[in-house]
Amino acid sequence: MLNMNDILETIHMIEGENLDIRTITMGISLLDCVSEDDDRFCDKIYDKITKKAERLVAVGEEIEKMYGIPIVNKRVSVTPIAIAGGALSRDGFVKAAKTLDRAADTLGINFIGGFGALVHKGFTPGDRNLLAAIPQALTETGKVCSSVNVASTKAGINMDAVRQMGDIIRETAYLTRDNDSIGCAKLVVFTNVPEDNPFMAGAFHGVGEPDTVINVGVSGPGVVASAIKRAGDCDFSALADIIKKTAFKITRMGQLVAYEASRRLDTPFGIVDLSLAPTPAIGDSVAHILEGMGLEQCGAHGTTAALALLNDAVKKGGVMASSHVGGLSGAFIPVSEDQGMIDAVSAGSLTLDKLEAMTAVCSVGLDMIAIPGDTPADVICGIIADEISIGVANTKTTAVRVIPAWGKKPGDVVSFGGLLGYAPVMKLNEKSPAAFIARGGRIPAPIHSLKN
Amino acid sequence: MKAVITVTGRDVVGIIAKVSSACAENHANIVDISQSVIDEYFAMIMVVEIDQIAVDFTQFVDRMETLGRENGLVIHTIHEDVFNAMHHI
Repeated sequence: MLNMNDILETIHMIEGENLDIRTITMGISLLDCVSEDDDRFCDKIYDKITKKAERLVAVGEEIEKMYGIPIVNKRVSVTPIAIAGGALSRDGFVKAAKTLDRAADTLGINFIGGFGALVHKGFTPGDRNLLAAIPQALTETGKVCSSVNVASTKAGINMDAVRQMGDIIRETAYLTRDNDSIGCAKLVVFTNVPEDNPFMAGAFHGVGEPDTVINVGVSGPGVVASAIKRAGDCDFSALADIIKKTAFKITRMGQLVAYEASRRLDTPFGIVDLSLAPTPAIGDSVAHILEGMGLEQCGAHGTTAALALLNDAVKKGGVMASSHVGGLSGAFIPVSEDQGMIDAVSAGSLTLDKLEAMTAVCSVGLDMIAIPGDTPADVICGIIADEISIGVANTKTTAVRVIPAWGKKPGDVVSFGGLLGYAPVMKLNEKSPAAFIARGGRIPAPIHSLKN
Repeated sequence: MKAVITVTGRDVVGIIAKVSSACAENHANIVDISQSVIDEYFAMIMVVEIDQIAVDFTQFVDRMETLGRENGLVIHTIHEDVFNAMHHI
């Protein structure tokens, strides 16, 4: 039975509060494309991706029309290329990245994820070659995203990988210096990386996944912010309830779209990722939700508590709305993609240290943060090691996506365009962790990883 | 199955007639209408049955949107599944 108030509420969410489906991401296994010949491998992955996802964009647009809800991105994630292309040389991996880019162009999708490696315990020769190829690959492609998992709660932290990532991030920043070092916006360093995440830049198709799968990421910070505003002065129990109910409604939309996309593409449904993913658009900010709870500005003392409440309530509300929840599922706090975060950093209210604390209770990590272009690799490694430790110790996903903006100093602004937004360059602690990072080896897994 | 058609815009003579005619031409049976005019601003929500429609649903959505554009109105047509999914367990 259709109720007029329900109809009006839904339409208002879509038209007035930026409710959208952030992404339909098709995961595609490339394990059957293995070849030790570069060209043969590239031909096989191009053919498989373009065949399996041939109708992805068209189906996304059909569903968008049928349900009247914007589906902002249609994307593809693939088996980590270091696994599928384990026999390739460094140059072979660059060629594979260009092939992925070409496949993305053919399909009309905006990003393709999976140019990455899982090295939490160590490197295969393929992993080493892929890592060496990342800077050039991200410079010479536009739509390819790369992620490297350097740690897990079970394995501990591969500090050799952390050390390499510092150099790789710096080199990528240098090579893409003419475009505000945008290459680094497509590169994420993870711990406890989920294998079914539909969001970029960290999406890839895990080895335990089926041949193809549909994962959907929902969004809707604006809807949550409006609901909190309407509720006015209520206590924390009531506040958590409001967020749960709103998250439930948003996620139901995601579940509907995921089910329909899976049916039309004849591809198994994987998960709904019930994340609050902000965009630089006005009214689409996670920081503004926190401020709506009563903080003068994001970054004020109390911000971590507010974010913890938000993250937990989003999960509780969303989990019953979907048959399978996965991916990252929580609140994202990317700086450049969130107007409230940008304002808070510009005003000096939000610092890198506070952001690090916030990542202990949100779904991802230090995300889309511009740092000075002359930041030494060791300092970047220190940032990564700290952030990854939070994830390892708390048995959760954390990640680092920092952009050393070449030639830029704290207070300057870098602009990436589109959903990636713009960011003020943040000040860092300049003391050196070099001797610590240089020790190398693995930081052992925490005691609570021994659960069997 | 049903769909919800929302129509908004400046009030002029014949809006309901035009939208109703388009529904009839496409074999969409109107089952409910709620309409109001506030300060010359017209707003209508119409529920139609779409089991017998003459064209594919997405084409019907396009036709209604075009009708809106031609008459200075904003017309959205949304499948009922959206509202049922969001508001009913």
